[in-house]
Amino acid sequence: MKQILVISGKGGTGKTVLTSSLAALARGAVLADCDVDAANLHLVLHPVVKEVQDFWSGQKAAIDYEQCINCGRCLSLCRFGAVKTLKNQDGSLKKLVIDPVACEGCRVCYYTCPVDAIRMEDRLSGQLFISETKYGPMVHAKLGIAEENSGKLVALVKQKAQEIAEAEGKTWLIIDGPPGIGCSVIASLAGVDLALIVAEPTLSGIHDMERVMDLAVHFGVLAKVFINKCDINWDNTRTIEEICQKRGIEVIGRLPFSEEVVRSLVAGVPVVKFSQGEIAEEITTLWRKIEAIFGEGVVLSGKKEQRF
Amino acid sequence: MIVSVASGKGGTGKTTVAVSLALSISEEEVQFLDCDVEEPNASIFLKPQIEEALPVSIPVPRIDQEKCNFCGKCAEVCAYHALAVLPGKVLVFPHLCHGCGGCSLLCPQGAITEVGREIGTMEIGRSGDIEFIQGRLNVGEAMPTPLIRAVREEAKKRRNPAAVTVIDASPGTSCSVVEAVKGSDFCILVTEPTPFGLNDLILAVEVLRKLGIPFGVVINRSGMGNDKVDFYCQENNIPILLRIPFDREIAVLYSQGIPIVQGKKEYMERFRGMMDHVKELSRA
Repeated sequence: MKQILVISGKGGTGKTVLTSSLAALARGAVLADCDVDAANLHLVLHPVVKEVQDFWSGQKAAIDYEQCINCGRCLSLCRFGAVKTLKNQDGSLKKLVIDPVACEGCRVCYYTCPVDAIRMEDRLSGQLFISETKYGPMVHAKLGIAEENSGKLVALVKQKAQEIAEAEGKTWLIIDGPPGIGCSVIASLAGVDLALIVAEPTLSGIHDMERVMDLAVHFGVLAKVFINKCDINWDNTRTIEEICQKRGIEVIGRLPFSEEVVRSLVAGVPVVKFSQGEIAEEITTLWRKIEAIFGEGVVLSGKKEQRF
Repeated sequence: MIVSVASGKGGTGKTTVAVSLALSISEEEVQFLDCDVEEPNASIFLKPQIEEALPVSIPVPRIDQEKCNFCGKCAEVCAYHALAVLPGKVLVFPHLCHGCGGCSLLCPQGAITEVGREIGTMEIGRSGDIEFIQGRLNVGEAMPTPLIRAVREEAKKRRNPAAVTVIDASPGTSCSVVEAVKGSDFCILVTEPTPFGLNDLILAVEVLRKLGIPFGVVINRSGMGNDKVDFYCQENNIPILLRIPFDREIAVLYSQGIPIVQGKKEYMERFRGMMDHVKELSRA
């Protein structure tokens, strides 16, 4: 099984548009959405949820007011600003409260409270879904609002998707990645065979592409670049091609800007299934190239599959 | 006044709006913070003169082998599994450390001190009359929040209370967005009229409701997809502050790193008007 991860650095370059189309083109894929805090792949692939799992991760502190003597030790030791003071009208301290959004669950307050007035509670940080789509099984998730530990949830999504791919003898794991270069992107990159970087020819897009490229290289992942909306600024498109050439990274395809893509999004259909024009052709060619990279060598649980 | 700009979905135009807003009110005292530290882009548009670049570190444990008796307390108290104690050896995994200080505080032998581990850089400068501060996370670092916190703290130190602080946040709904927008007097949510834009707008609205920050919406690329974002805002009494039409010329300006208020002068007045509206709404 080969893992293809679609990332971009910059948001909104077309990761999900591309991922959903690759999902439709790849026969025998498991799909995963690793953008756990603002997932969108489900809006195009319409998964039917088969199984929901709660994602418990980390803890948060809570104060037992029967015990608390307002000594303020937790307030002075918390480095995350998670202990807040509520004042009386005369300005004196009424009580200390924990801000659950700021609390990182480090337990310093729990260990140091002189009267044992702090307890640690497990934190429900999100949900994981195992679903079925027209194009294969899909694993996705929803991080709780304003929660942390997205990297851990991403790792869990990937682990489940890999288990399914192995159990069902699937050839591909196609992953929609998150924007940025932080914890969830790092977690997405683990064990990936190809990072497909979707770049756009804007100065911001170029800047962000280079950083996410550095990240892929840092973790030793094979990276290739796909240029989306290439006709927005041809000078910048050429700059992307030059940067890639200098760095020995292949530009594996490009797409012009098209309202057809927007219409397919509104219709909630992968663009390759929505229309047969240039866009669908270019993405199909991209998929052929990806197949060719791994093509004949893809081992399917014991047997080999010849694709073309 | 602190005005943050966030979005849920990436690439909807946060930086476009934040930069244009800051430029449109630059006769006031303005501070601009780029808190999208994973992919900071505002400097491409504001072209600031960077005067200072400061490394930002988080404190991580260093074990004094002379004092350590390998009791295992540090590994026991660390919530992030950043320490492992083996017979005769303590392993530290600095990339997992959140810098809470628990291990050094609780080590019975006093064998742990803290040393800084650099996670990124804070750059401080000026773009015309605008004071500019940005964070830039080192590639390979997983944790953006301490860097965002450092940028916010630096800004607070330098800030004249009468100034307007404009904050450009990262996409998403998780801890880095919270760190960037918390404490703002108002948050502008930038979205686009597509199913993705709407889906992620709803998530971003939940974040702001949880934080208790008043907000309004800018619809970028207006006219592109469908009108469900409009319906959603209407149904939920969310003010639509500005519409930026779907226009190739605007996309080209963006691609060249030219702020919309400089490329299309009529937007100067529109953004100024939006700021007046924001001020009104935040007072209400």
